[in-house]
Amino acid sequence: MSRYLLRRALISIPVLLGISVVLFTVLSLAPGDPFEELATNPNVPAEVRQNLRVKFGLDDPLPVRYARWVTSMLRGDWGFSFVSRINVDTLILQRLPVTLVVLGAAQLLAILVAVPIGTYSALRPYSLFDQLATTFAFIGFSLPTFFTGLLFILLFSIYLDWLPFIYRADISATGWRWYWEHIRQAIMPVAVLGLFQAAAMTRFMRAAVLDVIRLDYVNTARAKGLPEKTTLVKHVVRNALIPVVTLVALQIPNVFGGALVTEQIFRVPGIGSLLISSILANDTPVVMAVTFVYAALVVVSNLTADLLYGWLDPRISYR
Amino acid sequence: MVDGDALVETLPVAVAPQRASLWRDALRRFRRHRLAMIGTTVLLVMVVAVVAGPLAWRLPVNEIDFKQKLKGPTWSHPLGTDDLGQDLLARMLYGGRISLAVGVAAMLIAISLGTAIGAASGYMGGAVDHTLMRLTDLFLSIPALPLLLLIVYLFRDALKKAVGPEAGVFVLIVVVIGGLRWMPVARLVRAQFLSLREKEFVEAARGLGAPPLRQVVRHILPNAMAPVIVAGSLDVAAAIIAESTLSFLGLGFPPDIPTWGRLLFDAKDTLDFAPHWAIFPGTAIFLTVLSINYIGDGLRDALDPRKVLAR
Repeated sequence: MSRYLLRRALISIPVLLGISVVLFTVLSLAPGDPFEELATNPNVPAEVRQNLRVKFGLDDPLPVRYARWVTSMLRGDWGFSFVSRINVDTLILQRLPVTLVVLGAAQLLAILVAVPIGTYSALRPYSLFDQLATTFAFIGFSLPTFFTGLLFILLFSIYLDWLPFIYRADISATGWRWYWEHIRQAIMPVAVLGLFQAAAMTRFMRAAVLDVIRLDYVNTARAKGLPEKTTLVKHVVRNALIPVVTLVALQIPNVFGGALVTEQIFRVPGIGSLLISSILANDTPVVMAVTFVYAALVVVSNLTADLLYGWLDPRISYR
Repeated sequence: MVDGDALVETLPVAVAPQRASLWRDALRRFRRHRLAMIGTTVLLVMVVAVVAGPLAWRLPVNEIDFKQKLKGPTWSHPLGTDDLGQDLLARMLYGGRISLAVGVAAMLIAISLGTAIGAASGYMGGAVDHTLMRLTDLFLSIPALPLLLLIVYLFRDALKKAVGPEAGVFVLIVVVIGGLRWMPVARLVRAQFLSLREKEFVEAARGLGAPPLRQVVRHILPNAMAPVIVAGSLDVAAAIIAESTLSFLGLGFPPDIPTWGRLLFDAKDTLDFAPHWAIFPGTAIFLTVLSINYIGDGLRDALDPRKVLAR
């Protein structure tokens, strides 16, 4: 198992490098000059600008610049945010935990909703429950997160006034009340994101269970007198989850997109809203770093999927 | 249900059955998918509305009237007005053209690119296949939205200067959305090619001396298109959502091009006293995407050869 995971981890290194090449190519193809403002400033002589360009190596060939950028990223030198006036890595580390908590909670919600509903739907295909579940799943993944977010705010914050619609990191309450306030403000972002993922996951789960339930070993399990619950949980659901994990892993990049939008709607102070505000403020080092962190998160989640894979189907890890 | 007249009318068909073709069978199966038919109808209504609507509903999209600002639906403004008193129906009809056009154009780019890469990969095999599939895997693990935002951020101003604000943003958004969505199509096409290129009819074409390009275009590709059509229909929905997301984040089209996502972006700060401004364009996006998803589901049922036995 550990050798299998190590192999998967080694495979993800070229992926990360590939993504960094893509990002760097995009950045270097882009027009614009970091010292453009100096060029229009009459008080700065042209030589000073040229010296600055040489000092920061802007005129070096592309591969040299790429190598320098990658090595400094590896060393943890991610640059300096012009807008926030702190180092980019400190800034991202401040924002990352919120994003991870919201994403993780949403993923958990999605699994808790999708696995039972998908399984139950597949056990009684074309029943009333199945048709309702299918309809809601279609509605769920046709509703873009930004619209669901606005509808939730409209319903729960404005009409019913139950939940706050702005996420605050600096809640002054203490003790249990502090936890309660944090949970309360996280309900809507987590629900928006989690239900969106649950919709697609329900469909995957239903299809996978339908494929598995007709197989002979399920009949065998029933015939030898296993209780229905054990058959379902240990034999059907476990095997049905294998293709679901693949499909969910393929969806992960989209999930980060949805998380970014959700953070922006509810003003969750995570890396998604950091990305948007840095783009609007032309803060290039932060934009590059956050994009790269997203890519790294995708790679980490794919590794998690591989881990789950090996646990669900032990044969995979021995190959 | 069948009365005498209908029976007589169907008889000649029963006596001389129509030649069954793949596409006629597919159409028949598609027609049986009730929700897909409803989806097709809704989508057609939307398309007709945005194409012909601005000709029938003559209120200008940008006439500012502060006396009418943020009004809910009335007879003179059926969908209400925005914060500048501009008519929302007119803006939605005009913006819908852009939203739908972005969806279709981005889908065409994604499908052409995906088909070309998948075909090259599946037909040639070997090192080409390996390289192209690693590239596909790489692009599949790139988080599309952050990269989309990065590219729009870096290139928007330059393209605006080069080809004008509207065309520039349109081209940029369409190319980038399409360019980040070709991977599933490439995988599907490759898988089809891998099995089709070994089939007897392709071997026959090869034996008759058809050059590779002719084998691919005339013989393999038409047989590989079914899953591509399904993926393409769903790509339209995904592209519409991607464009709306960009516009919703304020990084898509400029305010004078009121795409549905842009309308939502403008509306979100006055949600508490002008909810209609957000609800109508949001519902338009939702209905379009839902219709397309049901159409895709119907197409999958109609075109998936595994289903032929079941029905």
